[in-house]
Amino acid sequence: MRLTQGQFSFLPDLTDGEITMQVQYALDQGWAVAVEFTRDPHPRNTYWTMWGNPMFDLRDAKGVMMEIDACRTANPDQYVKVLAFDSSEGFETVRMSYLVNRPADEPGFELVRAEGPGRRVDYTVRSHATARPEARHGA
Amino acid sequence: MTVMDKPVSIDLDALYRESGIGAMLAEMDRELVGLTPVKTRIREVAALLLVEKARRSLGLKAEPPSLHMCFTGNPGTGKTTVALRMAGILHGLGYIRRDHVVSVTRDDLVGQYIGHTAPKTKEVLKRAMGGVLFIDEAYYLYRPENERDYGQEAIEILLQVMEDNRDDLVVILAGYKDRMDTFFKSNPGMASRIAHHVDFPDYEPDELLEIARLMVERMHYRFAPEAERAMGEYIGRRMAQPRFANARSIRNALDRARLRQANRLFEARERAVDADALLTIAEEDIRASRVFVQ
Repeated sequence: MRLTQGQFSFLPDLTDGEITMQVQYALDQGWAVAVEFTRDPHPRNTYWTMWGNPMFDLRDAKGVMMEIDACRTANPDQYVKVLAFDSSEGFETVRMSYLVNRPADEPGFELVRAEGPGRRVDYTVRSHATARPEARHGA
Repeated sequence: MTVMDKPVSIDLDALYRESGIGAMLAEMDRELVGLTPVKTRIREVAALLLVEKARRSLGLKAEPPSLHMCFTGNPGTGKTTVALRMAGILHGLGYIRRDHVVSVTRDDLVGQYIGHTAPKTKEVLKRAMGGVLFIDEAYYLYRPENERDYGQEAIEILLQVMEDNRDDLVVILAGYKDRMDTFFKSNPGMASRIAHHVDFPDYEPDELLEIARLMVERMHYRFAPEAERAMGEYIGRRMAQPRFANARSIRNALDRARLRQANRLFEARERAVDADALLTIAEEDIRASRVFVQ
């Protein structure tokens, strides 16, 4: 199942050139760019593992691209996303977020139904990734 | 159907005007006194880049030239100032993407513990990407007396990036001539990756006076005519003394002259001062310097 999360996720995967342009846009706005990765992209999993600190003092996208490449090389079978954080007053939040890497085989999610008293049904979305043994280590 | 041919000729002069490089070189000529060999070299580099650009637009193969540089010279000869200009010029010619200069010394690159150096150096390189990395007193990176010094690690990372990211980063090393020479002798890899060695000559007395004039102007002061003569004399005497640091000594002297001028005006504060008095550095402000006493 192809994960559609964040910006551009209904488009074909961004090329490196396109990622560079997006990162440069964020840097030109004065936003800090961060790289994060995870095995479990559950929609409620807000906290992905940080790949180093957010980059606050860069001016050129090349520095971020080096980190993205390093993160993808180290975690080829995990999801990697790029975030752009706007620290200006009134925002103080993430302004951009998009995937830059996805595993070749995407585990996807399943819908779990739990029957309660009175035949009431609770629904839960569960990542297949968390069922895998290696998911117990790392993200 | 017609096939669009590549243009067969190109107007170098138009390219020159477009890049805005003429204005930048003229500004450099106007604001940097002396330094003829340096200016000549910058002109040459600018010409090379311009021709390179022309070649590319005609579809000729153009391997990006290596532009890593080494600036050697005594203190106060303008190495940092020129490095800042260099970024502007390289940016104008489209060789680097941004016109920023990241200026570092050994402390910014080399860590204190094992495993501390590589992330530190990479952090600096990331910040400098797309622009100019200026390493002041680069020879401190290499400490021959300590074979376990982490400087070597920083040098190796630098070398790798200088080779692999040639179109992302221009590295400028700066320092005293003799120590830079020793540094290159013990790091042949570094020497061979640096294409341009630019030597900054010491200034002549009249050039220093011209610099003093420019500095005073930039501080929004002016010399009284006798003060300028005194300044000329001061320069002659100061140059003969130890620890003379060219333009930096002149700036310090002017800062002290401003201090004396302010004091002089303050002492006589019962009299009203006009703008002229506030602007003018008088002869006595210069003559009170200790170089005239000795």
